[in-house]
Parts: sequence; structure tokens; C-alpha cells
Amino acid sequence: MSLWEYANPRKFMQFTAPLVPVFFGLSALLLGAGLVWGFFYTPDDFRQGATVKIIYLHVPAAMMAINTWAMMLVASLIWLVRRHHVSALAAKAAAPVGITFTLIALATGALWGQPIWGTWWAWDPRLTAFLILFLFYLGYVALWAAIEDPDTAADLTGVLCLVGTVFAVISRYALVFWNQGLHQGASLSLDAEENISDVFWHPLLVSISGFVLLFLALVLYRTRTEIRARRLHALVMRERAA
Amino acid sequence: MPDLGPYATAVLGSYAVGLVLMAVIVAASVFRSRRIKRALDEAEARARHG
Repeated sequence: MSLWEYANPRKFMQFTAPLVPVFFGLSALLLGAGLVWGFFYTPDDFRQGATVKIIYLHVPAAMMAINTWAMMLVASLIWLVRRHHVSALAAKAAAPVGITFTLIALATGALWGQPIWGTWWAWDPRLTAFLILFLFYLGYVALWAAIEDPDTAADLTGVLCLVGTVFAVISRYALVFWNQGLHQGASLSLDAEENISDVFWHPLLVSISGFVLLFLALVLYRTRTEIRARRLHALVMRERAA
Repeated sequence: MPDLGPYATAVLGSYAVGLVLMAVIVAASVFRSRRIKRALDEAEARARHG
């Protein structure tokens, strides 16, 4: 069986129908567990006090803000190269989810920054790159809404996605590119010997898993809606032509 | 309820913003899905009955 079979809208609808409620259920369970664990049952940080509890929202949201754009990039490339409609619709479906995660990251970052840095906002490389990524998300959604022909919209938003990827990469690696600014170093890194202490890490891992599953549930659910919307559009056009 | 000290506003505000935004995207997705599904059912019924 080839992966490309799921590019068939009918096959995609059949395959994802049972997955969506499972992903929603698991995401609610893991998000609830991670946030309750982090909020109620973890100690204060010796430097940042109780503000460390914001990490269980801020870090997963920031990770998913960037990863959502990466998923949109892959889906857009599949559309541009292989012209599979489901991939273009999946990218379209993911954008509002990415906007939500980016907003959560920006808002919780500001709320965290005010007591720790003494300011809600600074033109720090990572913060600025995130703000630009947020604006790219808005532009991406606006472009889809502005163009009536779905294939043309998918083409142009695909190109916009390629351009915006520069800022997604900068958002991820700003701390490496420019070793300056207020934002602390990455809390988690695959190549670090030790990340944050286990007492914070374990609930954070549960919360991250919840965010990933919420992302999967929302993207699959919203892609199914976009597939139906496209079919509706085709039927309405046929009615008008008759 | 843990003692959040002087950081209560920042921590509770973050949880409120995060949970509200997640609820908004889920609710918006469900509303749009139901609206499109209803409209599609009607359009398919019209197409079937000529």
C-alpha cells in the first residue's frame, strides 16, 4: 500500500474518521494531566519562582507554532510538486491552528517576561522572529480567503509558505544565530546532556504530548471540513452552471 | 491551590489565555465543520433530486 493512496479524498475521509475522536480524547487526557501536574504538583524554580509553571503552556505552544509551519511547508511542497488536493487543504486547515499556538506562545511569553525581565516585550531576535512568523500566518490565511479559485490559492499560499519558512527557521534557531537578547537558551535540546530538571521535565513531556495530539486532532478534523467545503463549492458551481 | 506569591497574575493569566485560545480554536473548528456538513448535505440532496 502506498502513502499516496491517502491523497484520495474518499480514502482520506475513511481513514481519518475513527482517528479524530481518539486523538481529541487522548489530547484532552494528556493536556489535562500535564497542566494539572505542572500547576499543582511541581515546585517553584529557585530563580524564577512560581512563574516556571508557565513553561507547561509556553514551551509546547512555541514548539507547535514552529512545527505547524513545518507541516504546512511539507504539505505545500507535496501540492506544488504532485498536485494532491488533500495536501493543499491540510496546509490550509493547519494555519489557524498554528495561529492559535503562536498567539499562546506570544501571550504567555509576555506574561512570563513582565515579572522576570521587567518588560512585556523586547525586540529580541527570537521574539521578533516569532512576531514575524505570526504575521506570516495571518498573511497565509488572508491569501487563501482572498482568492476564489482554490488551485490558484493553493499555488500562491504554497509559495508564501516557502518564503515564511525562513522566519520559522529563524524562530527556532535565533538563539544560536544571535547569542544576544533577553530570551533564555532553549529549555529543551536533543543534543544537550541535561535539559531542565526531571521534576519539571516529566509534566512538560506530558503537556507537549497533549499539544501534539491536539494539533493532529485539529488538523485532521479541519482537513475533513475543507474536503467537504471543496465538494460543496463544486456542487454549487455545478448548480449555477445548470 | 499552590501559593503563587507575587506571580499569581502572570501564572493564572497565562493559563487563562492558553486554555481560552485552545477552546476557541476547537469551538470554531466544530462550528465550521457542522455548518459545512449541513450545507453539503442540502446541496447533495438537491443534486440527487434534480
